[in-house]
Amino acid sequence: MIEIESLSKQYGTSTVVDDVSMRIEGGSITVIVGTSGSGKSTLLRMINRLVEPTGGRVLIDGKDTAREAPHLLRRRIGYAIQGHGLFPHRTVAENIGTVPKLLGWQASRVAARVDELLGIFQLDPAVFAGKFPHQLSGGQQQRVGVARALAAEPALLLMDEPFGALDPIIRSKAQDDLLDIQRRFGTTVVLVTHDMDEAFRLGNRVAVMSAGNLLQYDVPAALLTRPADPFVARLTGTGDRAMKLLSLTTAGEVALPGAGEGPSVAASASLRDVLSTLVWSGAEAATVLKADGTPGGRLTLRDILAHGRQA
Amino acid sequence: MSASAQATPRIDRLGTLLTAIGLAAVVLLPFVVFKSNRIMPGEAHSLFQALPFAGAAGFAALLAIVGAIAITVRDARVRLLVALLGLVAVAVAIATAADLLTPAGNRIVRVSPGAGFWALLLAVGLLSTDAIARLRLGPGMRVLGLAAFGIAAATVFHAGLFDHLSIMREYVGNASRFAREARQHVLLALGSLTAAVVVALPIGVLCHRVPRIRAAVLQTLNLIQTIPSIALFGILMVPLGALATAVPLAAEFGIAGIGAAPAVIALFLYSLLPVVANTVVGLGRIPAATVEAARGMGLTPGQVLTQVELPLALPVILTGIRIVLVQNIGLVTIAALIGGGGFGTFVFQGMGQTAIDLVLLGAIPTVALAFSSAVVLDALIDVMKRTQQ
Repeated sequence: MIEIESLSKQYGTSTVVDDVSMRIEGGSITVIVGTSGSGKSTLLRMINRLVEPTGGRVLIDGKDTAREAPHLLRRRIGYAIQGHGLFPHRTVAENIGTVPKLLGWQASRVAARVDELLGIFQLDPAVFAGKFPHQLSGGQQQRVGVARALAAEPALLLMDEPFGALDPIIRSKAQDDLLDIQRRFGTTVVLVTHDMDEAFRLGNRVAVMSAGNLLQYDVPAALLTRPADPFVARLTGTGDRAMKLLSLTTAGEVALPGAGEGPSVAASASLRDVLSTLVWSGAEAATVLKADGTPGGRLTLRDILAHGRQA
Repeated sequence: MSASAQATPRIDRLGTLLTAIGLAAVVLLPFVVFKSNRIMPGEAHSLFQALPFAGAAGFAALLAIVGAIAITVRDARVRLLVALLGLVAVAVAIATAADLLTPAGNRIVRVSPGAGFWALLLAVGLLSTDAIARLRLGPGMRVLGLAAFGIAAATVFHAGLFDHLSIMREYVGNASRFAREARQHVLLALGSLTAAVVVALPIGVLCHRVPRIRAAVLQTLNLIQTIPSIALFGILMVPLGALATAVPLAAEFGIAGIGAAPAVIALFLYSLLPVVANTVVGLGRIPAATVEAARGMGLTPGQVLTQVELPLALPVILTGIRIVLVQNIGLVTIAALIGGGGFGTFVFQGMGQTAIDLVLLGAIPTVALAFSSAVVLDALIDVMKRTQQ
């Protein structure tokens, strides 16, 4: 668990982060979203002390981060950034092994971890371990960047616009990968983005920042249904908020028991996708399939629409 | 249309120019200069005067073939082959001319290469280096080629092929000093370079970290570069002489107003700017994200510098070191003027005696040394760049 208490950062007379307090639960994904200059990156960088706060403090599992040498603190915290920041003069394996080596892991353990991570990110170790970053595609570089951040099995992973440089298709894949890995390792993730769709897709909770202030920190649905500030409403967008709300719920979560009719949809599909399927096929109801492909319930158009209504 | 255009042999511009130079050299310039003794004015011999007709005609015909191929053939391997053939032919021709013109057992007459020889050597030399450049050889192959050439040249010299040539006569007369001056030359050039790198790297890093001092430091170093070397030697003589007088210990270590000390210090000062400037540029070119990621992962400031920043800046820093090394090898020659030693000793001695062969005995190894170090360092820089891009 991370407790941010009255954290502030001033450069001269300008205040970049103004008295921000928030609690981040362990094992969750928290997304900090805001426009450029909102102070979101600075807030993130104060957690691993790449930026030293001018006021307030950060506690990780109850311990004040200011009490630890910054480089030792950072070795416990994964860090991935936009444009990956891979070391161009080192191979993929050496890049991923950076922090384990700093921590004094044995070479065999480092090598095993590198192979494991490459496997998780669908990069064949035999092919990719010896390559240099410039020999990889943008999506592969980004995956290696995240693998490097996870190398020393950190409990906390900080990500600063990690997918900002990717095209939409690769970006969507990278987001799915992150969700998978987070579930797999239970890592606490704090991610900064300016993309509201990304925030809604990834975040268990979303923090909205503007001009150094934390405007709202809540679950995604609450940002849509109960925006704390006109700026939050503007940022989330009012035009398609019903659809956004539907996208936050999966079919499996709200399917009603009963025999199915109409087109089949996966339990992991969002209500927005199910609605789209129904509109496209002209059907009134859909069959929700369980993970094993057997029918597990049903959803009608009326049920779906109810979930998109303002609470 | 395009097929017929390709079928016509395209005229190679450099080949044409070099062939014209070679032709002019053979027709207009003396191939060798014959002197009845070391300092007498010489008499010029053209190629056909220096060699028997058959030999001269054969050599000229061979050169004509080299020229024709240089103009019409585009394949770099063929060009290199004929250029090297030309080089061997020019070497054999000058050695033969020297043998024929020297009466048996005579150690007083001198046969010097004439302007025509140098022009021919320049032409085939440029043709070779151009062919090598067109081959786009890898760094390893370039160094290997240089080594092969060096071994071949050393073998030929050792075998005594050129012993009747005036420069080798001068060499034989100065053999023990030659080795000593060669060592001194390399020592002065490398010593000043090493000292400069040790000092300039931290200054470069500091200039990169603290932008406020950057302009002042670089301008000061720039100012030093503008001082002519002889003036700098003069400026250094006074304080170093005074130091040697005041501190006997300094004098014991060889520090004096003249000699190696002012030479090394002057070369050191000249070496600072290229290394400092290239360190600043090299560090500045590293992507901000790379350094940010390194810090974010928990590298200490020292580790960021030594494991990430310096390795990434190394190709650019090495480019600065290459400039300094080549520059120093040339400048050491002038250090002989103040008793610093090195190949310059022969140059200035030869100038004093109007013995041009002695000047060449100093100048040719200097050029060869500078050229070789440039090739080796360029190869090293290529290897570095290849792994990082």
